Amino acid sequence: MTTDLAVRRRPRRGRRARRPPWFLLLPGLVALVFLVVPMVGLVAQVPWNSFLETITAPEAMTALRLSLVTSTLATCFAAVVGVPFAWLLARDVLPFTHVWRALVLVPLLLPPVVSGVALLAAFGRFGLVGQYVYSWFGFQIPFTTLAVVLAMAFVAMPFLIITLEGAFRTLDRRYEDAAATLGASSWTTFRRVTLPLAGPSLLAGAVLCWARALGEFGATVTFAGSFPGTTQTMPIAIYYALDTNWSAAISLSVVLMGVCIAVLVALRGRYLRTSS
Amino acid sequence: MTVRLTEAVVRRGDFTLRVDTQFDDGVVTAILGPNGSGKSTLLRTVAGLEAVDRGSVSIDGTIVDAVRTPVSRATFVEPRRRDVGVVFQDYALFPHLSVRQNVAFGPRSRGAGRSAARAQADAVLDRLGVADLADRRPAALSGGQAQRVALARALATSPRALLLDEPLAALDAQVKDDVRAQLASTLRGVPGTTLLVTHDPFDALVLADRVVVVEDGAVVQDGAPADLTRAPGTSYVAALVGVTLLRGVASAGVIAVDGGGSLQVADRALSGPVLCVVRPESVTVGQSPPEGSARNRWPGTVVSVQPSLDRVRVVVDGAPSVVAAVTPGAAAELALAPGSRVWVSVKATDLTAYPAPSRASQ
Repeated sequence: MTTDLAVRRRPRRGRRARRPPWFLLLPGLVALVFLVVPMVGLVAQVPWNSFLETITAPEAMTALRLSLVTSTLATCFAAVVGVPFAWLLARDVLPFTHVWRALVLVPLLLPPVVSGVALLAAFGRFGLVGQYVYSWFGFQIPFTTLAVVLAMAFVAMPFLIITLEGAFRTLDRRYEDAAATLGASSWTTFRRVTLPLAGPSLLAGAVLCWARALGEFGATVTFAGSFPGTTQTMPIAIYYALDTNWSAAISLSVVLMGVCIAVLVALRGRYLRTSS
Repeated sequence: MTVRLTEAVVRRGDFTLRVDTQFDDGVVTAILGPNGSGKSTLLRTVAGLEAVDRGSVSIDGTIVDAVRTPVSRATFVEPRRRDVGVVFQDYALFPHLSVRQNVAFGPRSRGAGRSAARAQADAVLDRLGVADLADRRPAALSGGQAQRVALARALATSPRALLLDEPLAALDAQVKDDVRAQLASTLRGVPGTTLLVTHDPFDALVLADRVVVVEDGAVVQDGAPADLTRAPGTSYVAALVGVTLLRGVASAGVIAVDGGGSLQVADRALSGPVLCVVRPESVTVGQSPPEGSARNRWPGTVVSVQPSLDRVRVVVDGAPSVVAAVTPGAAAELALAPGSRVWVSVKATDLTAYPAPSRASQ
């Protein structure tokens, strides 16, 4: 008899234990719905009969190609200079490290349009650095594809730096010690030990950086403008399409979302987990 | 090779290590000490992973680490140019490389070609009996296997000195004895100087020809393993080897023990400050003053009763306080428990007394 009771009661107790409290469940579900509805709405509004035609149109392909190329270049640039800088921050070798670490975070918080204005002030025709570039090389940076890459790198590199800094900081220093006692130079140690051990974080940081660069709008349009073929990236093309061709904007947006989801799926699981 | 530390001082925060000693070619030296005593720092200083703040380190007569003095220049030879092999605590095998790649890392870094380094790695792995693990990742190794691989990695470059930092600490008790025995036989075949850091006196006694005891950043005893058990220099060493060490002043065969009590010893010639070793097995415990020939007898109170292997260790608080090892039968018969009033006795001939070493070196 007692066994029957226990058997009958246990699932009910278990179910109640597993049921989350309403004050967490309700707002939590609101958050989920709020995040999902726009994406569903986007897909629901796609004009499927003209979809393929729209996204394979030359202007769309050009914008997509430009977006992919510039965001990848910006990520490469961020990796080449950002990884060493993250190492310098993690190893505390610079004076005033805490000041530099705080400064690196500023582009994350800065309104993108302000970043664009700042880039103009620095690299513009009459800017702090840009004036010398212009007088020495006769080349002005704003409103070129280079400007797009710089704008993207400026706003996106902090993601890569803070991810890598954490990885370098938590890395067990004995691996580097071991490499040194085995006769490895500092370059060999970095290349064969430090960097591979930080590999998952490098990938995670690069993906975050790349995704931010791909979606970059404000700084790019301010610093590089919107010239089809040279500076008009996907987000900018979508923004201008909204005025004239709603269904084209929807189709292009779905493509950009698809690219992001594809990357997320490809790198899911172990790759996107930051190393601990 | 010969490693010499000359009046070396290494500071790390509030901690200071001071050593002046030499490690000779062909000798296995154990650096024994409690956690935080500075023994790992000593090892890292020899490897070049720490630098001296005063004094110098030399290898085969060549200075590899010295601060600037009025008569000499500052010198620091990088770890990679010191030709020492290190087995790190917890082994620090590169987790992203296979066992073979780990072992080939040293030869590769020293300029060997890919296939030469690989052949060298396979040869060392074979010599240490772990050739079958070559393709595994470190995560797939047991503690004992990882230790062998770490040893192989350190030996692959044929270093002139081998430094091992707690090579047995990461192992389970069940495998420790086997791995220790294997390590002993491997170390016998390794040429050059070997330094082994451990907190376990048994490792030191089994593996080393010489034991250097480090406490609070200073060498407190230095000698053959047998010296350590026969004549421990400090209470820490005595506790490590399981005996009671008493400090006192001897005169005409009687030691006035610091903190109260006196003991008769066989050596009547001894005088001045002495140390006296009381072996737990030589102490008898009874409920009344013993009748026998033991000339040292005094009352005390049992503080703790702990079974250990085939004996029961009884700590008796008295003048002086001692540890006794009695049979479980005796412990039960006497109903020994904390608080029991007992009499302890020990024969004068069972006590070992010797002049106290001066600690002026600190």
